[in-house]
Amino acid sequence: MSLTATWSGLRHTVWVLRGNLVTAIAAAAAILLALVAIFGPMLVPYDPVASDVPRALQPPSALHWAGTDQLGRDVFSRLIVATRLDLAIAVTAVSVSFVIGTVIGSLCGYVGGKLDRAVGRFVDVLMAFPLFVLAMAMVAALGNRVENIVIATAIINLPFYIRFARAEVNIRRNLGWVEAARACGDGHVSVVLRFLLPNVLPAMAVQMSLNLGWAILNAAGLSFIGLGVKPPTPEWGIMVAEGARFISTGRWWLVSFPGLALMLAVLCFNLLGDGLRDILDPRMRT
Amino acid sequence: MGTIGATLIRTGRRFLSSLPALFGVLVFTFLLMRVLPGDPAVFFASGPSAGNEEIEVVRRQLGLDRSLPEQLGIYLYDVGRGNLGRSMMTGQPVAKDLRQRLPASLELTLTALVIALIAAVPLGVLAALRPNSLIDHGVRLFCSLGVCVPTFVSGLLLIYVFYYLLGLAPDPTGRIDVFASVPPARTGFLMVDFLLAGDVEGWWAAARQLMLPAFTMALFVIAPLARITRASMLVSLGSDFVRTARSIGLSRWQIVVTYALRNAILPVITIAGIVFSTMLGANVLVEKVFSWPGVASYALDALLVSDYAPVQGFVLLMASIFVAVNLLVDVLYGIADPRATVV
Repeated sequence: MSLTATWSGLRHTVWVLRGNLVTAIAAAAAILLALVAIFGPMLVPYDPVASDVPRALQPPSALHWAGTDQLGRDVFSRLIVATRLDLAIAVTAVSVSFVIGTVIGSLCGYVGGKLDRAVGRFVDVLMAFPLFVLAMAMVAALGNRVENIVIATAIINLPFYIRFARAEVNIRRNLGWVEAARACGDGHVSVVLRFLLPNVLPAMAVQMSLNLGWAILNAAGLSFIGLGVKPPTPEWGIMVAEGARFISTGRWWLVSFPGLALMLAVLCFNLLGDGLRDILDPRMRT
Repeated sequence: MGTIGATLIRTGRRFLSSLPALFGVLVFTFLLMRVLPGDPAVFFASGPSAGNEEIEVVRRQLGLDRSLPEQLGIYLYDVGRGNLGRSMMTGQPVAKDLRQRLPASLELTLTALVIALIAAVPLGVLAALRPNSLIDHGVRLFCSLGVCVPTFVSGLLLIYVFYYLLGLAPDPTGRIDVFASVPPARTGFLMVDFLLAGDVEGWWAAARQLMLPAFTMALFVIAPLARITRASMLVSLGSDFVRTARSIGLSRWQIVVTYALRNAILPVITIAGIVFSTMLGANVLVEKVFSWPGVASYALDALLVSDYAPVQGFVLLMASIFVAVNLLVDVLYGIADPRATVV
């Protein structure tokens, strides 16, 4: 791609975003989240794991913007530092299931036959579980570690990508321009990679953005019930779990702020996904 | 008669086609629990003092010394007889524990589903009646936010507002006050049992206890239900038969409810199946937040002490319920739309 093409592509994106204010804000928020994840730990005012018991359970103040928890740790610092872990889990899980799901799905869609049926059965079985319960069972089975949260989240996301890629490749594999590519001597791999996949990717991007939000909720839910991330690691789900003990005595900040962080992160990816879908496929607007 | 017969055949066929998935679920839960870390035999032999011989004996008792296919066969045979193993935590058969606790979970989930439907369908219809109005935007905002707040956070915030700030809700732990008398368990559904016992006061107390967790769970699923209602109502309201109904001067209520909504409800039924799956997952979180004595909190407690039979039984139960719900959704679909055919 030449520089001018990139430039015009960029200008087009900016033009589109101007018409979709919400999407633009969501995109900006996503970038901000990424920046916080990268630079956050360097900027926080307090050590996220240093306890300061005399100052335990203080409500939000000028010193501690989001109050302090039961060990006197600064909730705001913990929130910021947690961004990296929460986003990393979600992004890794979604990327893994995107790559694996797309490869398996497009293979099934292109080759068909026995492989397709076998994979189809496997996907059916996965989809017969309530997905959060499945993730829970997998983390329990594989061991209570962060990597396994990523693996479990990736596996429960997998069916969507497999089905999607399979369907998209399947309807296109015998179209004229694909036949033409084959007639020109392109091998199967090249046909899939150069002609079929690029057509699937835009819709996949929408799916990924929506899935990111879901993955964040899922991972936070798992650590809320005590799977995966362990204290004192700052992570949004576990912060809510720790704060839960204090909610019926009115310590609202321990739950509200991590909850707000989760909500904003999920909202940002959901809006971005919806916006991308509107831009890519105006018919899908609801 | 003809339609009933057709529905039965349809149900039967659909049931058969869901059997492979159910078998897959069985194999999956079996494998899942076989890769669990830690040797259950060591665990059962109780304590580090247990010698190698004892462990070996327990291992043989549990059938863990056989080959994997053999173990799978034994597992399938056991499940077929309703034997899901024994929980170390409670010392009871898992099937019995699950049976005892399932009504609590179902009561919660079904109440939540009813609340969600009662809230979501009118919201979706109102939004569709006036697209781009204040109501429409309000519903859209509510839906966008609703799916973003994790159930465990909204549950805790509801506790904060209704228990701590307003004092309207009872102590948010469990199904019933610890000191209250429990009605004789006939169905296990407290709301039903209290009515059968004629204890209105107890019924009210249990209903109050149920409200917060049920609303927590409902909040999470109102969004997808309202969204799909709105979308399919829009399509249905713009169709020819609604225009005809309008032109012959039918009342607005009749047009919207009898004609448009009846035709718009199909996608809502379809999505209700997916929503139910989400709810079975959300159940785990809500039961944890409200210390609800259902199957999910049972499995969670077992998980934390690596007692794996309850977890396995729970996962199997959830998957079976989900398969059954999908079947039900399909049958309902056929009743709502007689044109639907078996795929």
